[in-house]
Amino acid sequence: MENLIALLVAAPLLGAAVLLCGGRRLDAVGHWIGTVLAFVSFAFGVILFADLLGKDAEHRTLMQHLFSWVPVQGFQADVTFRLDQLSMTFVLLITGVGSLIHLYSVGYMEHDERRRRFFGYLNLFLAAMLLLVIADNYLLLYVGWEGVGLASYLLIGFWQHKPSAATAAKKAFLVNRVGDMGLSIAIMLMFATFGTFAFGPVFGHVGDTSEGKLTAIALMLLLAACGKSAQVPLQSWLGDAMEGPTPVSALIHAATMVTAGVYLIVRSGAIFNAAPNAQLVVTVVGAVTLLFGAIVGCAKDDIKKALAGSTMSQIGYMVLAAGLGPIGYVFAIMHLVTHGFFKAGLFLGAGSVMHGMNDEVDMRKYGGLRKYMPVTFITFGLGYLAIIGFPGLSGFFSKDKIIEAAFAKGGTEGWILGACALLGAAITAFYMTRVMLMTFFGEERWKNQPTRSPQSPSAEPAAEHHGEHAEPHPHESPKVMTIPMIVLAVGSVFGGAFFSIGDRFLHWLEPVTGHSEGDSPVSAATVTGATMVCLIIGVGIAYAMYGRRTVPSVAPRGSLLTRAARRDLLQDDFNHVVLVRGGEHLTRSLVYVDHTLVDGVVNGTAASVGGLSGRMRRLQNGFARSYAVSMFGGAAVLVAATLLMRAV
Amino acid sequence: MNPVNYLYLAALLFTIGATGVLIRRNAIVVFMCIELMLNACNLAFVTFSRMHGNLDGQVIAFFTMVVAAAEVVVGLAIIVSLFRSRHSASVDDASLMKL
Amino acid sequence: MSFPLLTATAVLPAIGAIATAAVPAARRTAAKWLALLVSLATLALAITILVRFDPDGSRYQLTESHSWIAYFGVRYELGVDGIAVALIALTALLMPFIILAGWHDADPLETGSRRWRPTQGFFALILAVEAMVIISFEATDVFLFYIFFEAMLIPMYFLIGGFGDRAHEHGEEAASTQRSYAAVKFLLYNLIGGLIMLAAVIGLYVVAGNFSLQEIAQARANGSLHMATSTERWLFLGFFFAFAVKAPLWPLHTWLPNAMQESTAPVAVLITAVVDKVGTFAMLRFCLQLFPEASKWATPVILVLALISIVYGALLAVGQRDIKRLVAYASISHFGFIILGIFAMTSQGQSGATLYMVNHGISTAALMLVAGFLISRRGSRLIGDYGGVQKVAPVLAGTFLIGGLATLSLPGLAPFVSEFLVLVGTFTRYPAVGIIATFGIVLAALYTLVLYQRTMTGPVKKEVSAMPDLRVRELVVVAPLIVLLVFLGVYPKPVTDIVNPAVKSTLSDVHKKDPKPPVEAAK
Repeated sequence: MENLIALLVAAPLLGAAVLLCGGRRLDAVGHWIGTVLAFVSFAFGVILFADLLGKDAEHRTLMQHLFSWVPVQGFQADVTFRLDQLSMTFVLLITGVGSLIHLYSVGYMEHDERRRRFFGYLNLFLAAMLLLVIADNYLLLYVGWEGVGLASYLLIGFWQHKPSAATAAKKAFLVNRVGDMGLSIAIMLMFATFGTFAFGPVFGHVGDTSEGKLTAIALMLLLAACGKSAQVPLQSWLGDAMEGPTPVSALIHAATMVTAGVYLIVRSGAIFNAAPNAQLVVTVVGAVTLLFGAIVGCAKDDIKKALAGSTMSQIGYMVLAAGLGPIGYVFAIMHLVTHGFFKAGLFLGAGSVMHGMNDEVDMRKYGGLRKYMPVTFITFGLGYLAIIGFPGLSGFFSKDKIIEAAFAKGGTEGWILGACALLGAAITAFYMTRVMLMTFFGEERWKNQPTRSPQSPSAEPAAEHHGEHAEPHPHESPKVMTIPMIVLAVGSVFGGAFFSIGDRFLHWLEPVTGHSEGDSPVSAATVTGATMVCLIIGVGIAYAMYGRRTVPSVAPRGSLLTRAARRDLLQDDFNHVVLVRGGEHLTRSLVYVDHTLVDGVVNGTAASVGGLSGRMRRLQNGFARSYAVSMFGGAAVLVAATLLMRAV
Repeated sequence: MNPVNYLYLAALLFTIGATGVLIRRNAIVVFMCIELMLNACNLAFVTFSRMHGNLDGQVIAFFTMVVAAAEVVVGLAIIVSLFRSRHSASVDDASLMKL
Repeated sequence: MSFPLLTATAVLPAIGAIATAAVPAARRTAAKWLALLVSLATLALAITILVRFDPDGSRYQLTESHSWIAYFGVRYELGVDGIAVALIALTALLMPFIILAGWHDADPLETGSRRWRPTQGFFALILAVEAMVIISFEATDVFLFYIFFEAMLIPMYFLIGGFGDRAHEHGEEAASTQRSYAAVKFLLYNLIGGLIMLAAVIGLYVVAGNFSLQEIAQARANGSLHMATSTERWLFLGFFFAFAVKAPLWPLHTWLPNAMQESTAPVAVLITAVVDKVGTFAMLRFCLQLFPEASKWATPVILVLALISIVYGALLAVGQRDIKRLVAYASISHFGFIILGIFAMTSQGQSGATLYMVNHGISTAALMLVAGFLISRRGSRLIGDYGGVQKVAPVLAGTFLIGGLATLSLPGLAPFVSEFLVLVGTFTRYPAVGIIATFGIVLAALYTLVLYQRTMTGPVKKEVSAMPDLRVRELVVVAPLIVLLVFLGVYPKPVTDIVNPAVKSTLSDVHKKDPKPPVEAAK
């Protein structure tokens, strides 16, 4: 059974290789090859899952050793896979949601001439992401870690001829590289401390080293997680990443890749547990991001960017939970899975809306779409209810648990974190209601005004149908797109309940992550009640602002906070001024220095030698008699010297 | 007679020749001065040969004469062609040999 | 006596060079095929060396030893250890691709041009360089090494000065001036380095009485040859200076951007992927073995210079407007990593450095040759003259991207393994240095992606709209390199197996042991 693990990765990797090297011949069938291989990988995942379920809880770990990868004296990196409950959860999420999104993309990318390549990249992403979660050591995890970064780069920049897409892709990769730096330093620290970076030995010997070293390792891992999961201060790339095709946003920038940071923290739980200071930093990062993302999400008029802000915020919840230690690990992962369902569903819904609206993304130009896109409306609506934590739906269970856990942290920290989480819940309710109302309710603001010409390529589906500057004709998307949305909606409705009733998820994950009940100063019922109140307040305010009043189709100037939030709370401006400008000045002055100083010294030496020889050249005046003089003079000197030598 | 006197004479002749080479402009005169220097050397050689009772110096003197004759041939040819092209036999006029 | 395999591997391309040069002017194509065949035959010999070499056997294998200039104790001594084998294989491997990539680089120019381009000469010079590089890797006699280390400059000088890119933005006259500037600069830098090395070589002879690497190293190890501390340091500096110029190490690097910018892409690859490797290789083989104490003494300074190279080269690469100069500065950054790995004096660092030499050769070849194909299509080296190429030539853009990703050490491709080994090896001994060097990986991403973005993405520029995609010959050049990059990234074990024992003995020469981790978690 262990031998199947490699096939999980192999199937999509084969797909990527075939599709990317296959050339134009495969254009006609490429998307189906990609989709089928994604489903094959999912099937392997299900088989392995069944196998794991058949064992008792303590022995649900499969290991597969493939080959020795980099053997250098003490440095032994192997290609070894580990499939335990934690990996298995991710495998199912990745291949499951991944397969659905492959299917969706068949419809969404139908008119793109480079569809084959798109599926190649998607398969590449699946392979890398699976590698990330089944790796048994940090170096192999690093391969998957950067592999998903590459796939994300390729997919964000899929429409490369749009300069904005190319820039966004580059930005995503670069910010992620900063995080990767953290991961590689963490691995180096581990190697220097433990002499290995395989999970088992490192976690087994955590107790043998100082807390300072563990804190350093943990903080570096956190840096990596911040980059990949778009947490403050490395969050700036996620909003721009929405330049990619919508299925990509759904799969990579909502459901799977961006949650890799949470996986990393939970996987390294043993290290974090022994480094309480690092854990505190993790919770702070989580809390700050969950508010940051939520505030940004409130101000965006671009439906995808609003959802991106929401993603950031929800991952903030997960990171917060992961920072709480064993109280929170399970719930972090549970929220991650339910979030995978409903956020992917919401993005696919958004894609479906765009598909019907000439790729318009500005919500101020939507309105009243529920009549035209019933399926999209219902599935999006269910996802909406799930994310705000409507009682009985997925988000309710998972988010509630995280808020409880935050309070259970105890002390002042617990109160502050809990309050942040509650506030976040209120803001979540607000911005999601806003998205819902602006898109599906209210007057039809897209009528009688042509949408702005889509920047997206002519190959974009809608543009071809309607031509540019035409009034959009909203319509429901084809079955191949709606079916995945329906499946995900089902997941977002029932997932949370399924996991929580009888603590199924808890029992499943506990052997890997460990679990402890904190002692909470407030009862679970109180927390649920408070969450409900926050929810009602958030929805109420949003309804008052966007449901009762008409939404202007041109964004009003807004308050200072709104304007700042539209610009991602000025983080980009800061980056631009400090890093981009500063960097440009630095490189330019270095180019100057290299040319004038370093090279100048050399060229200066050469020039002075040249000058000296120029002066020497004057001696060669061409007069035979002056040559004769020097000859006689030289002879005289030689003779005199000889005589002198003899005399001495 | 003391053979050293011949050496003094040779040194005198050589100095006259060298001075001539350095200060005269006319190529012919310069040329003759060179011949003078060569002959001063020959005189020295022969004197040394006599002083040391060794024939080597005389042999070299013959060599020098042959070389001098060859040099005269080449040198005069150069001077003649120089004169033809420049209508002057001044060595300073032919100062093209510089960088 | 057994077949002199090492001599044959070096002599074959030398004979090939003469034969190629002798092909009549009219039979241009025949000369090209001849050169290609010779390089392939050399590759076959190199593979034979690889097969015959036993990683667990004695340190130097396939040795040959003949008296040469008995009066000075100069011997014709060849022998290879694992490091040399890896680099010979790299050299022999890259040559056919270089020749194939430069297939039309030395064709006569269109009528009306006054420049004369001897096709045969181009290929003969490339083969001559190959012969000299290979014998430098093989030589275990310091004097023998020195001769070919220096002689290499002659064909390189003509390759840089004589064959530039076809088109130039400032016309043919300016191109020729800049080319000769670059060639002279290359020659002078390396000559001065070589001159100082010559002094040190003579000094070594005065102290040791012979030139044999093995004898001297052995005598030093068992204490029968004592060197005064200052003598050893001066000699070390003399050797190191020459190798640092060749490598090149900051601040002796400025010849490389000029040389790479002005020469054709295959020659640029020859410089940075092959010839420069002799410098870093010689640091490992000669500096460390002959002068272990002085090497340790100089380590702090060298590490700082290597760090500066890494960061400085990368930052300058970001600021370049010329594709080839960008690759040149990127190479300077990479050479910083190699030198860092060598002088970290850990087995990870040195194995990583050796692996890095091989991987950097392949990855730079891939990136630079594709860049060359790109440049030959548009006739400009300036990044700003391109844009949107991926739309018209997707395969070219794809291979260019893979070359770039290899340059930024993406995991899964070969350079990642070596770069990480170097970083880890440095970190275990000098944590701060390791962390600063890690910034190099962010900067590498920056310059590579900026280059890709500016040239390949965005709207299609008018001038590139008719650009043809890669031709069959060009694909034949690039595809195997990419396959190798992937293969060595996933399974570098064949190379590490060869290199590890050699590194182990080099480390024992300098009496250094890997730092032990405080916790013994690995079984």
